[in-house]
Amino acid sequence: MSDPETTSDPDKINATRSRLADLGPHQFWRSLDEAAATPEFEKYLHREFPSQLAVWDDPVGRRSFLKLMAASLALAGVTGCTRSPEEKIVPYVRSPEELIPGQPQFYATAMPRGGYGYGVLAESHQGRPTKIEGNPEHPLSRGGTDAFMQASILSLYDPDRSQTILHRGVIETWEAFVSAMATEMAKQRKQQGRGLRILTGTVTSPTLAAQLADLLQALPQAKWHTFEPSAADSVQAGARLAFGRSVDTVLHFDQARVIVALDCDFLSALPASLQYARDFIDARRVATDSRTMNRLYVAECTPSLTGAMADHRIPLVPSRIETLARHMLQHLKSGTSIDPTQVPEGIPIPWLTAVMEDLLKHRGASLVAVGPGHPAHVQALVHAINQVLGNVGSTVTYIDPVVAAPSSAGSTLRDLVADMAGGNVQALIILQGNPVYNTPGELAFASQLDKVPLRIHLSDYYDETSFFCDWHIPAEHYLESWSDIRAPDGTASIVQPLITPLYDGKSPHIILDVLMGKPGGTAHEIVQGYWKQRLAGEAFPQRWRKALHDGVIENTSSKPIDVKLQSGSDAVPGAVGSRPIDKASFEIDFRFDPTVWDGQYANNGWLQELPKPLTKITWDNVAAISPTMAEQLKVSSGDLLEITVDGRSLQAPVWIMPGQADRCVSLTFGYGRTQAGHIGTGRGYNAYSILPEREGWFHSGTVRKIAGHQILATTQHHHNMEGRDIVRVTTLDMVQHPPETTHQADPAESMYAGFKYEGNAWGMVIDQTACIGCNACVVACQAENNIPVVGKEQVAVGREMHWLRIDRYYHGPLDDPETYFQPMMCVHCEEAPCEVVCPVAATVHDSEGTSNMIYNRCVGTRYCSNNCPYKVRRFNYLQFADETTPSLKLLRNPDVTVRSRGVMEKCSYCIQRISAARIDAKIEHLPLVPEGGVVTACQQACPTRAITFGNLANRESEVRKLKSSPLNYGVLAELKTLPRTTYLARVVNPHPSLPTPGAVDAHRVTTGKVEP
Amino acid sequence: MTPDGLGDPGSAVHAGNVAPSPAPPRVLEPGQTYASVTDKISAIALAHRHPRSWMIGFIASSLLLMVFLYASGLLLITGIGLWGNNVPVAWAFDIINFVWWIGIGHAGTLISAVLLLFRQEWRTSINRFAEAMTLFAVACAGLYPILHLGRPWVFYWLMPYPNTFGLWPQFRSPLVWDVFAVSTYATVSFLFWYVGLIPDFAVLRDRARRPFAQIVYGILAMGWRGSAIHWQRYETAYLLLAGLATPLVVSVHTIVGFDFAVSIVPGWHQTLLPPYFVAGAIFSGFAMVMTLAIPLRAVYGLEDFITLRHLDNMAQIMLATGLMVGYGYLMEVFCAWYSGNQFEWYVTINRAFGPYALCYWALIACNIVIPQLIWFRSVRSNVTALFVIALIVNIGMWLERFVIIVISLHRDYLPSAWEMYYPSVWDFAQFLGSIGLFLTLLFLFIRFLPVISIFELRELVHETDGGQRS
Repeated sequence: MSDPETTSDPDKINATRSRLADLGPHQFWRSLDEAAATPEFEKYLHREFPSQLAVWDDPVGRRSFLKLMAASLALAGVTGCTRSPEEKIVPYVRSPEELIPGQPQFYATAMPRGGYGYGVLAESHQGRPTKIEGNPEHPLSRGGTDAFMQASILSLYDPDRSQTILHRGVIETWEAFVSAMATEMAKQRKQQGRGLRILTGTVTSPTLAAQLADLLQALPQAKWHTFEPSAADSVQAGARLAFGRSVDTVLHFDQARVIVALDCDFLSALPASLQYARDFIDARRVATDSRTMNRLYVAECTPSLTGAMADHRIPLVPSRIETLARHMLQHLKSGTSIDPTQVPEGIPIPWLTAVMEDLLKHRGASLVAVGPGHPAHVQALVHAINQVLGNVGSTVTYIDPVVAAPSSAGSTLRDLVADMAGGNVQALIILQGNPVYNTPGELAFASQLDKVPLRIHLSDYYDETSFFCDWHIPAEHYLESWSDIRAPDGTASIVQPLITPLYDGKSPHIILDVLMGKPGGTAHEIVQGYWKQRLAGEAFPQRWRKALHDGVIENTSSKPIDVKLQSGSDAVPGAVGSRPIDKASFEIDFRFDPTVWDGQYANNGWLQELPKPLTKITWDNVAAISPTMAEQLKVSSGDLLEITVDGRSLQAPVWIMPGQADRCVSLTFGYGRTQAGHIGTGRGYNAYSILPEREGWFHSGTVRKIAGHQILATTQHHHNMEGRDIVRVTTLDMVQHPPETTHQADPAESMYAGFKYEGNAWGMVIDQTACIGCNACVVACQAENNIPVVGKEQVAVGREMHWLRIDRYYHGPLDDPETYFQPMMCVHCEEAPCEVVCPVAATVHDSEGTSNMIYNRCVGTRYCSNNCPYKVRRFNYLQFADETTPSLKLLRNPDVTVRSRGVMEKCSYCIQRISAARIDAKIEHLPLVPEGGVVTACQQACPTRAITFGNLANRESEVRKLKSSPLNYGVLAELKTLPRTTYLARVVNPHPSLPTPGAVDAHRVTTGKVEP
Repeated sequence: MTPDGLGDPGSAVHAGNVAPSPAPPRVLEPGQTYASVTDKISAIALAHRHPRSWMIGFIASSLLLMVFLYASGLLLITGIGLWGNNVPVAWAFDIINFVWWIGIGHAGTLISAVLLLFRQEWRTSINRFAEAMTLFAVACAGLYPILHLGRPWVFYWLMPYPNTFGLWPQFRSPLVWDVFAVSTYATVSFLFWYVGLIPDFAVLRDRARRPFAQIVYGILAMGWRGSAIHWQRYETAYLLLAGLATPLVVSVHTIVGFDFAVSIVPGWHQTLLPPYFVAGAIFSGFAMVMTLAIPLRAVYGLEDFITLRHLDNMAQIMLATGLMVGYGYLMEVFCAWYSGNQFEWYVTINRAFGPYALCYWALIACNIVIPQLIWFRSVRSNVTALFVIALIVNIGMWLERFVIIVISLHRDYLPSAWEMYYPSVWDFAQFLGSIGLFLTLLFLFIRFLPVISIFELRELVHETDGGQRS
């Protein structure tokens, strides 16, 4: 059993060195490899730089490492002082169409994740993509994004991406690969492809599916297997159990008045979460006109974003979800009231009573959802519940499966492993994915893979699987490739490239063409060829252009279908829930990491450094346990646990998680990579390694405390508001019937006359009812404003650079607290405490009300940070911005300065966007920038539109309207900072018979009109 | 040659002596003559060989100075991320050390100028030495605000000078006031010290045997011939400088106090800070003078010049200022409670019972509890006890700045931003290294300049009839 902790800790520089060597002869590293691969060099490094190794606490990975390596190599005379090649700079002879230097262009495309397409608009500056925005035309994103979409731009420029074709570790040409394939395929054709296997992830691309179908038709004995770590088989198995056929379930949160989520993190963990989050939040906005909102009940084992938004949440071990669902269905069918004696252990009776009452009251307008990690019969139970409640057709609809699945039986991963073990596989072609790393440990995929004579891997990185394969072909990033892909609702998008492949990557379409024996085509031709047949012939050029322009292909979303519930499907006994809970064992719950997901983003520095929404941990995964369990095990956060499932075990650091169900350990996938790259290798533990191959993402296991402690870098250490008026919480009832006595005094008048703002006056309102804490804005801000990554060690000492952070506060009991999110960035005080204390006027106010940093004037006294009550200023304690890695230079937003060491920085309200809008307004002779003229990066990214930014001088602006809401307040406004960013109190909608959340305080919510 | 300014020495002695009977210790031990005073003190500077004890001390401090230079060099190359500072604790050892050194630099001016104006002639034996200490302490202090900058190479932007940016400093910032306060203080302290040295440079010039020493001391003596007109102008200039320096004793630390008081950080934002900083500065300054004077008089046999009387007086001033500082602590707590401001109150509680509570209680012990021993005459006459107490007060005053700066910053308004601060090894290197810089300068001073004002001691010989009168 590999043990990630012991391999990550001791001699990190050594490990990094060997990893570097393992990377293979990438172009960028070639000379470094040669030097770094020798033991002499290693010794030299240790001898020459021992103190720096200690001082700079390197293992952050690339940045510090590069510094060291660059210095040492230069000293060693290996690569220092090379002459850069002469280049000629010539102007465009013929200017590209529509290109205005200095003005970005936007192209619609789609980002694949878990096989589904997320519609994006990619911003391009003179041919280099720099930023990802959501595509408003796309049904999934509707203009919003998640953190993964925002961070995908960094993956494009990742210097660790695989750059050359490798044959057993040696650089080879594409032609050599093509001829090798020709030989192999000739052999396979003779035997109808009997020894050929293709392994893909989830495929929704119609073109790829058609190509695979063609191949399987030509070689009927060949097999196509799919494996996607985040796609649970139990969801489709549950549908087949319930309806006798495969269907996809589409949830309509906009229609639901009462929602019951059973261990279902529909706000962030489902493929369609972006859409669900938007629909869910839109039905909860009460700041201005609407006075109604939905009510959310959640039962879950570990706190999730959905649990944090719940009006009533209970912690419940995963195995009890089935019991709960069964109990609910039984009551719904019989219509009887709850019998307290029959309620299963662990489920509070008042909660269940309220749930049942609300569900029955809202038949047809309620929604019950269960997480994909639950077995098929639980999925079937929930289908039955929605059927009984009459929700089908209103809040729940079914569509034909979007995923293109192999039609033949025996196409699962387990079948493939069995075939490999049986020696039936002669050639395995792995089209993306990393099965050596992310298949359940029980399958021991790697050792079976070794038995396959010819192994080919198409992949973005030279990863764990590439290491085991004969041929490694670098894959294109989605911003480099032509393809097509479908959203969870079936809508198809064309994936179009914004840049020619940086490293000669290949697309799976090309590989399949090679297998079909027709090399030489381009992915563009293949994809266009497919759609030429589908989009009406005559008008094809127009329709193709429209599809490219819009980012979606018209009329491709799936239509709801009628399915009939099979009788008796809800009575299938479960294997898990009916099992008596063994008092000695614990339930081990597996989830996808909220920042590095299934591990594919492990080498993305933005996502590694992104604080996990609830724990605020960066750069690591942990084993979350309840406070009670920590007491019993006598462990504190960071202590190591050994967790064993079916005899396989791993070591993980403990995180004491308020709200975690007792006797349940939550692990996350995505870490413990051994071949991720300089950023991701050797961090955390690999939860896949102990995952059994059974259905369900929770299994019983044992937990044991072991010696050792791991430092965890978190960005928030204090979780209590200390009775301070920071996040205001009120109830829907109070919004509908405002208490008359509450009044908040305005801060005292100043002795001095205030500044008269003429012209634009920028302001922002953040709706805390709408913020789900998903982190999209944090990464969007990082991408827009060239914010550097600092590494785990620097985060641990409190030097993370995020301009925008999401504060997470708890209120109430440790075992099941209320959770509140508050995005916090510079609030642009009109009376800014930071500005008066700067000795060199490096932070000054402008006439439009923004507080600006003048980086090149800043000398770095840090007094402004001390005097900022919000502590939103970030300081470059070291040279954090990577100014040396060539590919990362392409990534930068050219409109924003890259800050050097010793300079303070902070949120600027995206001043570069304001400037652009101001210029546009001036050109059009407008006195004010019109509404919608400026959209900040965070606002644009927000999937739930929690952030509103605009011109307060514009009487009709949305931001001004929101500022006059009775829910509007300024955090720490009592300091008379006059913040331009204000917040709308969080509104909750508790059931009348259940206790009101403890954070609700009528006296804290203003009811009077507030003039901005 | 009785300068008018010194008046009747007898009454001054009694005024400065809290307990006149029995047999008050003398400011100058009996048996000293003009020649003996001159011989004894100039011999230290003119001796051919370095005394062994001096060599050991000098080498040790030079090593510490090397640590400082190494740490500073690394700091300039790497950036202040070398230290443990973070957000929210953006100031830590850097500013603690700055304030600590500036505080220590207060005793010199107080002794030289204020006590001169108040005609406390017992100051004579210690003023030169205290002035030098002040100067070196200010030098150490002055380095920190520059080194602590993110971009120290542009430190001059804090000064008003005509430039192509067309920009002035931002005069509302206390840091700009600091620049003026500290640089003025450094300039005046230097002038005061140097002017006081001129007659003694002349003595050294006249007594030096080696040509090099003759030339150097000759240049430094600026042509002093000891004529009556020289003395008359000299006395006038010295008094004028004393008059100029006196307000600086109050102003420098007041302005350093403003650095904190002007901000809105809970625990900093209080009108109490400037006066309490001044009292604290004098407190720590006298403690440092004692810390240095006691070993010095023992090593160089200067017990006749720096007498128990001096130590007693300094201890009493320490006690008095220590009590003022104690009052400051008390009022800080009272104001926080009386204000009803939850942030202020939290800071107060957090200081006493938070994660850094040990520092707070150590501070109370060092600055308030232990100095109470000075009330006892037996302690005041016990040189070792005074040395230990002075050392403890130095530590206490350092802790006070730690408590004010770090504990206030690490938990301010939004609990989400709260963070612990842990100094790195380089924080300590920088701090200990600056002590090395201070001691190195001090050792050079002891070796090559008269540590006690020769001419003023001769005046004292004259006035006390060679120490026969008290």
